[in-house]
Amino acid sequence: MTDVEPRTPAGPGPGSAGYRPDDPGTHPSLSFAGYRSTARRHPTRPRHRLPQRLTEITGPLFGAERVGPGEDDLTHHHGGEATGQRIVVHGRLLDSGGRAVPNALLEVWQANAAGRYRHLRDQWPAPLDPHFAGRGRTATDTEGRYRFTTIKPGAYPWKNHHNAWRPAHIHVSVFGRAFTQRLVTQLYFPDDPLFFQDPIFNSVPDGKARARLICRYDHGATTDHWALGFRFDIVLRGRDQTPFESGPDDE
Amino acid sequence: MSEAAGPRGRVPLGTTPSQTVGPFLSIVLPWSDGPDIAAPGIPGRTTITGRLMDGAGEPVPDGVVEVWQADPDGRFDHPDDPRGAQVRAGFRGFGRSATDEDGTFVFHTLKPGALPAGDGRTEAPHLDLSVLARGLLHRLVTRMYFPDEEVANAADPVLSGLDPDDRRLLTATARPDGTLRFDIRLQGANETPFFEV
Repeated sequence: MTDVEPRTPAGPGPGSAGYRPDDPGTHPSLSFAGYRSTARRHPTRPRHRLPQRLTEITGPLFGAERVGPGEDDLTHHHGGEATGQRIVVHGRLLDSGGRAVPNALLEVWQANAAGRYRHLRDQWPAPLDPHFAGRGRTATDTEGRYRFTTIKPGAYPWKNHHNAWRPAHIHVSVFGRAFTQRLVTQLYFPDDPLFFQDPIFNSVPDGKARARLICRYDHGATTDHWALGFRFDIVLRGRDQTPFESGPDDE
Repeated sequence: MSEAAGPRGRVPLGTTPSQTVGPFLSIVLPWSDGPDIAAPGIPGRTTITGRLMDGAGEPVPDGVVEVWQADPDGRFDHPDDPRGAQVRAGFRGFGRSATDEDGTFVFHTLKPGALPAGDGRTEAPHLDLSVLARGLLHRLVTRMYFPDEEVANAADPVLSGLDPDDRRLLTATARPDGTLRFDIRLQGANETPFFEV
């Protein structure tokens, strides 16, 4: 990383401290050789440091108004019920200071129970499910809680290396409340035997950080004779703590 | 992961790692109004197009580019702006454009105003951009500056710290039809300067 200027106060004034950096090892390196698609797509020059000013400490505040009716339930499509194991995924969207991120949009997409995406470029000849589109939206409530219902995605093969299989996963996209907090990640399931050979999962250097990509089975969220429950909390960068900041924690 | 985070001053929670959007982001991420940072019919609306290209000069047809920017007064509809939130009808400040087969993305917007940098200096009008694609394990962040802002660009605290090639690569070019062009090259010759934010 190249510093383009001496360190200056991050924000435009008191009370507008920037967002703390992620711990080292949290995010993948952009040039991760095990994931072949990075070869032609990762920048080779060092990144410059962008101080957090007004454009970076603000961001789009999308919430429930971007969620259509039924979009938080992926198990119904074209008048019928999706095939597969029905699951409820829920959790909280937090910042690293433990504060809830309320009224925030989550967008999710995934393969069907057979491991096939509803996408022209997915040529894996597993069956498509006419009743599963694999896309959903939901928003956090005032306490940062979110929930959606779907079916458990299947694993699928890809051409990255010989006998390469992606572990079951759900793509999750969140904005938080600032440009700096934007995050797209993948949610994985506990005890997946395919983790060992998956370069995308293993591109996260720190083992503790990798573990944060795995949801946990939540019997409290499991509904009798209906669906298995899984919990997945998402933690975004929080604000630097500064003497200017005041007021009680809203947690 | 602990549900109850400690009070401020304790060890922060570990953040969730980034993962690639993969090849199938177009299942949900494109919005019909995605490119409309400013709504159709808003006076002064201009178009920005560009191509997202890889290190071989090939188009990236499975990416998405997002924009966040101030309004023409240099204001944001956001409570964390210490000057207060300012709503502007028909202006969202945010845009999202999935790339097409040719790697092309498009936005319709209003030119942002200059911004106070907080240290007595002024930031030139700019867009913050996020780039997401298969093969990108983490989003890339860059900025776009405007070609008709030579004086402001020369004084911009970010742009003025870069070498002339980087300043050129971060400045859009004007087309004869009045639209702006801003290409993003992920790697190789004329690689776009990216930022750690």
